[in-house]
Amino acid sequence: MTDHNITMSSDNRQKQKEALLNILSSYSKESRFLLPILQDIQRTFRYLPVEAMKEVATYLDVPESRVYSVATFYKAFTLSPRGRKTIRVCGGTACHLRGGAFILNTLQKELSISSGETTPDGQFTLETVNCLGACALAPVVMVNEKVYGQMTPNLIPSMIEEEQNNDV
Amino acid sequence: MTFNTPSDLREYRRKLQEEKTAATIPSVRICFGTGCIASGSRDVYRAFEKELKERKLNVNLQISLDSTGCHGFCEHGPLVTINPGNIFYQKVKPSDVQSIIDETILGQKTISHLLYRDPNTKKSTTEAQQIPFYSHQTRIALRNSGELNPEKIDDYILADGYEALLRAFETGPEHVLQEIIDSGLRGRGGGGFSTGKKWQSARKIESDIRYVVANGDEGDPGAFMDRSLMEGDPHSVIEGMAIGAYVIGANKGFIYVRDEYPLAVKHLSMAIKEARKVGLLGNNILGSGFSFDIEVYRGGGAFVCGESTALMASIEGRVGVPRVKYIRSTEKGLWEKPTVLNNVETWANIPPIISKGASWFRSLGTETSPGTKIFSLVGKVKNSGLVEVPMGTTLRTIIFDIGGGTLKNRPFKAVQTGGPSGGCIPESFLDLPVDFDHLADVGSMMGSGGMIVMDERSCMVDVARYFVDFLVTESCGKCTPCREGLMEMQRILHKLTRGKGEAGDTERLRAIAENMPETALCGLGKTAANPVLSTLRYFSEEYEEHEKEHFCRAGVCQGMYEPFILRNKCIGCGACQANCSTGAISGNDRDIRKIDHDKCITCGMCLEVCRFEAIEPRPKEATS
Repeated sequence: MTDHNITMSSDNRQKQKEALLNILSSYSKESRFLLPILQDIQRTFRYLPVEAMKEVATYLDVPESRVYSVATFYKAFTLSPRGRKTIRVCGGTACHLRGGAFILNTLQKELSISSGETTPDGQFTLETVNCLGACALAPVVMVNEKVYGQMTPNLIPSMIEEEQNNDV
Repeated sequence: MTFNTPSDLREYRRKLQEEKTAATIPSVRICFGTGCIASGSRDVYRAFEKELKERKLNVNLQISLDSTGCHGFCEHGPLVTINPGNIFYQKVKPSDVQSIIDETILGQKTISHLLYRDPNTKKSTTEAQQIPFYSHQTRIALRNSGELNPEKIDDYILADGYEALLRAFETGPEHVLQEIIDSGLRGRGGGGFSTGKKWQSARKIESDIRYVVANGDEGDPGAFMDRSLMEGDPHSVIEGMAIGAYVIGANKGFIYVRDEYPLAVKHLSMAIKEARKVGLLGNNILGSGFSFDIEVYRGGGAFVCGESTALMASIEGRVGVPRVKYIRSTEKGLWEKPTVLNNVETWANIPPIISKGASWFRSLGTETSPGTKIFSLVGKVKNSGLVEVPMGTTLRTIIFDIGGGTLKNRPFKAVQTGGPSGGCIPESFLDLPVDFDHLADVGSMMGSGGMIVMDERSCMVDVARYFVDFLVTESCGKCTPCREGLMEMQRILHKLTRGKGEAGDTERLRAIAENMPETALCGLGKTAANPVLSTLRYFSEEYEEHEKEHFCRAGVCQGMYEPFILRNKCIGCGACQANCSTGAISGNDRDIRKIDHDKCITCGMCLEVCRFEAIEPRPKEATS
């Protein structure tokens, strides 16, 4: 993971710690906030670092095993860093019927990664999702929170280019 | 502004109405649902903004530019409505903005290429209500969607919003409960349980704390009515929940929203904040003595959390697995307290029922399923979108009159309803009136209202495999029939769809599928075999072909057919050749194309792109 080099520097570690404390302090110490806290951590760090999960367990006074079970049960969480952008290919029924598989295949080819993987430069994570609820626009792809509808394989390269250009 | 009494709210509404009638300013309303945003409605909005500013039109003419929630006609987005005239433009591009201002707003003429044209009759229509897609609908839950700006509480108040809550305060909880029982409203999330009875049982249990929950964890692939409601009319859901909470005596509510719906989370959170600000949520609402507040809870991305007990476990901050329901949630739900959980669409139905009365609601729909239901009509159909019709409307009306029929007019094969746990209904049942009971009779279910149209290019074995694949990953693994049964069905279906079928496979599949409803723990497992059972029931010949002949007549399963070019239909456009990834198709100019079957990997791309139905899937030996 390329991100490891960055996280190792003590300066960044300090920043990470601060970010984590900020998240924790915005919630009261009730175990029901476990999911929202993990969601915030996932959004900030793009994964759930082990140290962060331990901190959460201490903060909410729940066993580490419970944090781990929640972290691994829900699809929203990953234990290794996600790309800066997540490309979600809709695998819903309408998209399936209207050629969603062609879209996934093309993306896998263009990015040279399989579904569930991240590009070596840490830019994109590719994954499939059950349904994005935009079935009228099938087949659909969502990059972070932007929806691309009525996709065809030949629209993929320009979509990737657009997303590369506005990457931070 | 804060409302402390009912008259504060009514006085404010009256003022809004006066302002509205006094001002006859032209308005431009642009749909900001997920679908239209994806098609570029933000760019259209910006173009209007820029153009109006540059021409200083908003100063002289006071054109109001507004965004609205989802209309449901997402395939034709971006959708723009111009008033006066109620002119409905579809597929609007930023480059159209100049001419809309010049010709329609200033010149009062319609622009024909932006109007909706019926694909069958080729006639254009100016108003949305004239379009068959809308004219056959009766919109109760969707009454405000696309009509108002979900980010403005004023819009909702103006549309008689929170009047039903006032009425509830005036008549008292017993009366409201009786009204909901009398209306015969059944849960729109799929189960179809009586909403009134649910409320009644939670109200009866003695407890200091009670909860109401809105289930917005819309997980069924192919359904998006809850997204549309939460995005387009969040206050309806909030008002419905407040009424329910008032009846059962709850002071706290949760809306559980899918992680994949960022816009819904945004609009709901804004709406709750605004409602709190004006005193429609919080302590002693409108001086009634009733206090209530709502929290939005984002799901973690797990299909099983749509199941009520799993959803509650998730809100409690635990892993979302269901529990055995010896004790109902109305007795012991969230944190062991009486809890009423209803689907988002059910909640949105509450305010109109209280405003207009149970007998009005009963006058719609059928005896056992009163009211309307939103369906998301998608798949191989011309007009995709959200459709709200009275219960009992036939499948034919929904698919052919509202939906405009199948794409490319290919022969209709089946419609899949009820999500992954539903079933496929064949052509012979097209005249079936759609309600909870009739769908169950033919081996499917209402589910959340997904309606996925399939034509002859849809393989029913592949459809069963698709749903079983889906359910295998979503089964929580707690009970054996669901965990192991699904795995075994998946193994057999994968064999069948890869040309590895063996004698007896279909029968083994049937045996497992018939056992699951009897033995699984929760709703997910009990219904998980439905896609297999219903396709076996109505399309057994396709299973037979897959098992014995290793042939897929729909041309979907790879390696199980050969594409064959029909000489009388091919016009030599070359689209198949241009899209063939292995160079298996040859021919020059306007030649009829040829396929080299040694190179062909049967990816199906040529079948997909041919606009002339000139390529046909045939059994392997027939073409060689």
